[in-house]
Amino acid sequence: MPASDLAAALRDYRGEELRIMEVCGTHTAAIFRHGIKNMISPSLRLISGPGCPVCVTPAAYIDRAVELALEEGVTLATFGDMIKVPGSRLSLSEAKGEGADVLLMYSLREVLEQAQAHPARQYVVAAVGFETTAPVYALALEQIQRAGLRNVRFLTALRRVIPVLHYVCRTDSGIGAFLAPGHVSAVIGADAFRPLARRYGRPFVVGGFSGTEILRALYALMRMAQNGTADVLNAYPSAVRAEGNPRALACVEKYFTPGAAAWRGMGEIADSGYYLREEYREYDAGSLPAAAAAENEPDGCQCGEVILGRITPPECPLFRRACTPMHARGPCMVSAEGACGIWYRYAV
Amino acid sequence: MKITMAHGSGGQETRELVTEVFRRRLGNEHLDRMEDAAALPRLDYPLAMTTDTFVVTPPEFPGGDIGKLAVCGTVNDLWMSGARPLYLSAGFVLREGLEIGLLERVAGSMAQAARAAGVQIVAGDTKVIENSGDDAGGIFINTAGIGCRQWALTPGAADARAGDAVILSGPLGNHHAAILSRRLGIENNIMSDCADLGPPAEALLAGGVRVRAMRDVTRGGLATVLNEMAAAAGLRIEAEESAIPVDADVERFCALLGLDPLYMANEGKFICLVADADAERALELLRAFPLGAQAARIGRTEALPAPDEKLPGAEPPVILRTALGGRRILDSLYGEGLPRIC
Repeated sequence: MPASDLAAALRDYRGEELRIMEVCGTHTAAIFRHGIKNMISPSLRLISGPGCPVCVTPAAYIDRAVELALEEGVTLATFGDMIKVPGSRLSLSEAKGEGADVLLMYSLREVLEQAQAHPARQYVVAAVGFETTAPVYALALEQIQRAGLRNVRFLTALRRVIPVLHYVCRTDSGIGAFLAPGHVSAVIGADAFRPLARRYGRPFVVGGFSGTEILRALYALMRMAQNGTADVLNAYPSAVRAEGNPRALACVEKYFTPGAAAWRGMGEIADSGYYLREEYREYDAGSLPAAAAAENEPDGCQCGEVILGRITPPECPLFRRACTPMHARGPCMVSAEGACGIWYRYAV
Repeated sequence: MKITMAHGSGGQETRELVTEVFRRRLGNEHLDRMEDAAALPRLDYPLAMTTDTFVVTPPEFPGGDIGKLAVCGTVNDLWMSGARPLYLSAGFVLREGLEIGLLERVAGSMAQAARAAGVQIVAGDTKVIENSGDDAGGIFINTAGIGCRQWALTPGAADARAGDAVILSGPLGNHHAAILSRRLGIENNIMSDCADLGPPAEALLAGGVRVRAMRDVTRGGLATVLNEMAAAAGLRIEAEESAIPVDADVERFCALLGLDPLYMANEGKFICLVADADAERALELLRAFPLGAQAARIGRTEALPAPDEKLPGAEPPVILRTALGGRRILDSLYGEGLPRIC
């Protein structure tokens, strides 16, 4: 079906309101970049989900990263998205202004090269992300072990998508269908969503990121919801297999083990995080126990409600007023994949 | 041979560096006098002046180096304001440990770029700073330039009107992608688009096209430049995504790293607003040059709608009609253009 026909079918939807959650922040960004939101029927409501790693990371994690970055002899390495996220006192970018050594990395390779060149310096990697990013850290650990590096540690806030989707399905968010994350699915496989689909009676479609791929996935979700199909469809077969990427999964499981983790606005969710295994704890930089991480949210910030789809960003009283991309109060406004920042930048 | 603190002392080493590296390559009747200031002849037109500082890493990249960039960048800024560039100054800040061979190559490419652009470098300065930690070497260049506005047209955003055509001179993102590829060790054939925009700009200025405004599309990319133009003109710009040219290899590179070509830096592209009736003529003139071969009409200006009471803040001035058929805001760049993390 060509894109124009898919768009027409989605525009002409006249059924009862269907709330579709796009789980992944990259999908949210792509939906807005293509202007899809105002191409489809208002009865198809797209809700941004908890799949932006920066957005769900609690403020207490930022605080810990800032504390480490300010330590003498420590370099804190992070991907760019984290740098402006407010902690309870400072963001990493503000800490940099106070003398912290923060390395904006494009890849882990840079960190490993620097650590090798400066053995007296300690490097802490802010390891944030979902199953997509976890293999990157696992591979780095493999290299660190092989090279015998003693000066690289990880401050982890790694998240697993299936446990949080169980949480979303159990709450009152009223989500009727799920656009499953394309990149995460490439690792964990499309089949990983089947138990969710069956148990909660909702359709899941794994989608790609081009405009046409997203329209195709939304069209499939609309049809499956209309027909009451509670199953998984892989609409991104060029990148995603039913069983995922077993090599990547094995690598992750070698170094990491599931455990309870705190999510901004949602609190602690069992098994929703990855932690370094006991035998690799020497590489851990004091990643917070989940319970301690659940506090210290910025005043009045409703990112938690946004992440769960209970409110849209413009419904937050801070949106565009006290909270803008230049002066963000919450993480959803900071991140390139956060719903608030995306609404601010793109929504007409 | 490397740069030492002595090269910035003002003494014999400085003189030797200036003579051997700079004068040998950049010398001309004004620079060679070696006075405190260059004495220049009277000019018969209104003048334009600009300055820009260049800090690119790595200093040499596919398609150019920091020297070519420092000449073309300032020359282009003059052309964009409707002035023919005549004279440049060049200030160098060098970090201890810089290879003199690299400096020679950079000075050589400045000389070449200046000759091609018809400008003279008439004043210069060199300072050396201490090597702090990892950043041994390092070269930073400031150039300032003077040009004359010798045409009847003196483009500026204030002259734009609703209904003007928005024309882009060529494909986006090549410079940014080339630099980033080098930094990340990614092998590809992407070259910087670093170029003198003089010939196509002159063709427009002299070609009877009603050029309202021109801007080179550098840092912040097309999205940022369109926003700045719209704000300065007090107009809204509607751009058409499918009309914006991007080379296939740049597009693949962006997809890989999660970058958006609309926010990527260029060093040899410009946007011009021209009267709608002159748009085809402007495209014809631009397409006669290799760097304008893919010139395209990418949008039009419109009157700003009345402000919306419900939403605080100004109305967004740039709207993009997406290739898929949707509409969205095209905002300026925030922060840095960074690869995705998940």
